[in-house]
Amino acid sequence: MVDRQPAWLPGVIRAGPIVLGYIPIGLTFGVLAQQAGLSAFNALMMSLLVYAGSSQLIAAGLFATNAPVSSIILTTFVVNMRHILLSAAVAPFLKRWRKSELAAFAFQLTDETFAIHSAQFSSEVPDKGAVFATNVTAQAAWVSGTWLGVTLGQFITDVKPLGLDYVLPAMFIALLILQIKDRVQIGVALITGVLSVALFVAGVGRWNVIVATLLGATLGVIIDLWTNRRSS
Amino acid sequence: MDQQTIFLTIIGMMAVTYIPRLLPTWLVSSWTLPSWVEAWLRHVPVAVLAAMLFPSILIRSEQFALTPDNLFLLAAFPTLLVAWKSRSLFGSVITGIIVVALARLLLAG
Repeated sequence: MVDRQPAWLPGVIRAGPIVLGYIPIGLTFGVLAQQAGLSAFNALMMSLLVYAGSSQLIAAGLFATNAPVSSIILTTFVVNMRHILLSAAVAPFLKRWRKSELAAFAFQLTDETFAIHSAQFSSEVPDKGAVFATNVTAQAAWVSGTWLGVTLGQFITDVKPLGLDYVLPAMFIALLILQIKDRVQIGVALITGVLSVALFVAGVGRWNVIVATLLGATLGVIIDLWTNRRSS
Repeated sequence: MDQQTIFLTIIGMMAVTYIPRLLPTWLVSSWTLPSWVEAWLRHVPVAVLAAMLFPSILIRSEQFALTPDNLFLLAAFPTLLVAWKSRSLFGSVITGIIVVALARLLLAG
């Protein structure tokens, strides 16, 4: 008798590092969503249906300040627009998959599952079951973390002594540092950041993030063109 | 905001999040992104993170606060250092939280 492991098992194991990251951050989201006035049901629904970490934490912040619905949805769109790049990068490896399979795969594509898949796909595309097992395990961790946060959140009356109101700024700092790979990006970050603050002070309200992002990314393209021309 | 409005907002968030995730996988065989769109999208992550970060530490109680008593601004330095040295999301977040929580504890006492 040959002892065969199921084909999906390596997929679950590959999700291990993601699980370790998603549970504590999902928990934080659960706590903050509750503080922002979301019901336990809505907090869990957001983790099930939207499933995009930073945009969910930002949305919790916007719900807390009673921001208009349109600005919450548009901010979510801008923050999650980067998934186009991730999706376009893995798509060539999945050309033989059916549309329904791609639809299921894309729903659970995050920065972290992308990192695992793209490392794997470049050598070989594993069994579909294993690919889905990675995705499902990761989202299960995210939803479980949210549930823990919602449950614990009922006992937390003030997040300030725990420093939990600093989770989002700290996450932005870390994600930004991890994204920056060259000097152009440092320039784009500084100018966009200052612009965003200036727009807020000037009174555009919660639209500052969207407007500053669109202007900042455009500026990045201009700097790229300009430095390429100078160096060529 | 009532829970029903929040739920509908979540449905809207789902739609705008799912479409950019889905479309490239469906279209990539017949269509590739124009190079200028790709160049522009490449700058979006850094731009959007900076656009959210700066106000989150420089605007306190709706006011611009580039001041030495702005705890969120001060805590940004150790957080940044840990992020840069460790490349760990979780380690950086924990550092930031602990610095803010400790400072509040010590200043209150």
